[in-house]
Amino acid sequence: MTDTTYVSARAGTRSTGQRLGRIALRAGLYAVLILFALWYLMPLFVMLTTSLKSLEEIRTGSLVALPREITFDAWKTAWSGACSGIKCEGLRPYLWNSVLIAVPGVALSTLIGALNGYVFAQWNFRGANLLFALLLFGCFIPFQVVLLPMARMLGILGIAGTIPGLILVHTVYGLGFTTLFFRNYYVTIPHELVRAAKIDGAGFFRIFWSIFLPLSLPIIVVTVIWQFTQIWNDFLFGVSFSQSGTQPVTVALNNIVNSTTGVKEYNVDMAAAILAALPTLLVYVVAGKYFIRGLTAGSVKG
Amino acid sequence: MAPILDIQNLRKSYGQTEILKDINVAIEPGDFLVLVGPSGCGKSTLLNCIAGLEPITAGRLTIAGKDMTEVSPKDRDIAMVFQSYALYPTMTVAKNITFGMKVRGVDQATQDAKLKEVSELLQISQLLNRKPGQLSGGQRQRVAMGRALVRDPALFLFDEPLSNLDAKLRVEMRTEIKKLHQTLNASIVYVTHDQIEAMTLATKIVVMKGGVIQQIGTPAEIYNTPANLFVADFMGSPAMNLIPARVHRDGHGHRIEITRARSEPLVLADNRPLDLPQDVIIGLRPEDIAEAGYRSGEAVQQAPCMVDMVEPAGADTYVVSELGGKPVTARLHAETSAMAGQELDLAFDLGKASYFAPETGERLN
Repeated sequence: MTDTTYVSARAGTRSTGQRLGRIALRAGLYAVLILFALWYLMPLFVMLTTSLKSLEEIRTGSLVALPREITFDAWKTAWSGACSGIKCEGLRPYLWNSVLIAVPGVALSTLIGALNGYVFAQWNFRGANLLFALLLFGCFIPFQVVLLPMARMLGILGIAGTIPGLILVHTVYGLGFTTLFFRNYYVTIPHELVRAAKIDGAGFFRIFWSIFLPLSLPIIVVTVIWQFTQIWNDFLFGVSFSQSGTQPVTVALNNIVNSTTGVKEYNVDMAAAILAALPTLLVYVVAGKYFIRGLTAGSVKG
Repeated sequence: MAPILDIQNLRKSYGQTEILKDINVAIEPGDFLVLVGPSGCGKSTLLNCIAGLEPITAGRLTIAGKDMTEVSPKDRDIAMVFQSYALYPTMTVAKNITFGMKVRGVDQATQDAKLKEVSELLQISQLLNRKPGQLSGGQRQRVAMGRALVRDPALFLFDEPLSNLDAKLRVEMRTEIKKLHQTLNASIVYVTHDQIEAMTLATKIVVMKGGVIQQIGTPAEIYNTPANLFVADFMGSPAMNLIPARVHRDGHGHRIEITRARSEPLVLADNRPLDLPQDVIIGLRPEDIAEAGYRSGEAVQQAPCMVDMVEPAGADTYVVSELGGKPVTARLHAETSAMAGQELDLAFDLGKASYFAPETGERLN
């Protein structure tokens, strides 16, 4: 009798100990995660607060302090008055340039990637594996390598320094990844679907349009986010293949930050940087949950 | 009548590998042809060749009298039901069924009428607005058949359509397919690895192995006179007993001597006019061996045999005894008093016995 009491009492302490241990572990885990989150959010915090301060306050105050007096002047300047080189029209025209480049660039590379992926996954042809390997290789080519040949190509086509030229560049260099995304997604769709549609009388494009595209929403979202981020954030192609008036926002941001005369306007720089980053942020917020879902989407059950 | 499907000297290879070797088959309108064989025998490849989904390497293939060698699947006047059903996942049942007609530009009124007719025939009218993902296996199977039926083709192709269903549903759908065949009098080519499906559905069976046709015949022909050891063993459940035996000639015919490990050899007489070599393999269906007293006839002979195992199966009881070094199954009535480890008088009916050459496996009688 006493023995059993003793045993159960000991078991009780052990389980309490275990529970405490679990709680401590959990708390530690949260502490570490929160610490990392703060660490990564710090720059954004500094940017936001700095952009809302006046130059005077930036000079006198601490970097991480909250603004004493909130002013949107810096945002106004960044939007429409900041100077890059000799022009002082802010980011506005360049943001529009970026939209003009990114939207068709994303649409074209996604659509062609979908078509390519459909062919690689469902229509076996001679040399398909080699061609796919080459396309994949395209994903890993450093872009610096292609700058000169591409400049020559754009020159021959007569679209050097134009927005269509940049759209072409982004479409071509996006195809490696977009094809890979769609091919890997379509590979999970049973071949019998194509066979059934063939017997039903549907042709190559009809099958793509009526059967494969309607299945593709998750992977389209993934590809659009990926491509939009790539094209919007691109600097190298933008700076290489644009001229005054067709520069994307990343290039303009660089020019604004680098062409200050006299006092460095940190608040304007910060506001401009946030403005330039806002669209990609927006895309993630709107479509982010589809992004994860699309990346992990498995086979399509018929 | 002209054959609806005629295949002559068809060959199919992938590179150096020959998948189908010299296939010759023809069926009449209204025939239910079943291609049966173990996996990898080429039966599905043959079906895909008929559908035009795989090009043929050599030979001739006609459907309804027209040469199909260069004709694409959509122009072959065929419809196909796939093992995975291959329903279009984003379309409703109604759209799945009418997709083929829509692609071919059939007018809306005809589409609606056909859809109504087929969905009533298959009892899927209440499912028309659902997506394939919301259907059970049996319902998907019906929709897949509806998609084929609505086309009204010259030839139906079925690629193992029941193998994804559970056992009970499979038997139900089997009956339905048979009923459909009888009502519509359609011409069908049906692939399966299940020999019971083949026996129950077919008007004509093609047994294949390793890309070669082993035998073509009605279910009764295949069952009663298998062309070789492979067909004998593959068709029928439990399988045909294939027992090595020695043949002695006497005045009336042949005496078949089968060795037994624990007793005197079993000697059976077969007085049919045959010409057998000295060494044969005798093939006896389990139902050709019964309990003594329950079977009579000219060719029936009795002998006591040691029972090794008793397997009650409800309607029948199977009894296993060792003959010629092989476990031999006999089909007895359910109320038999047979007990493992005891001797039992068995009646052997040699009226339908098959004989095969041990070396080649070919049928001798």
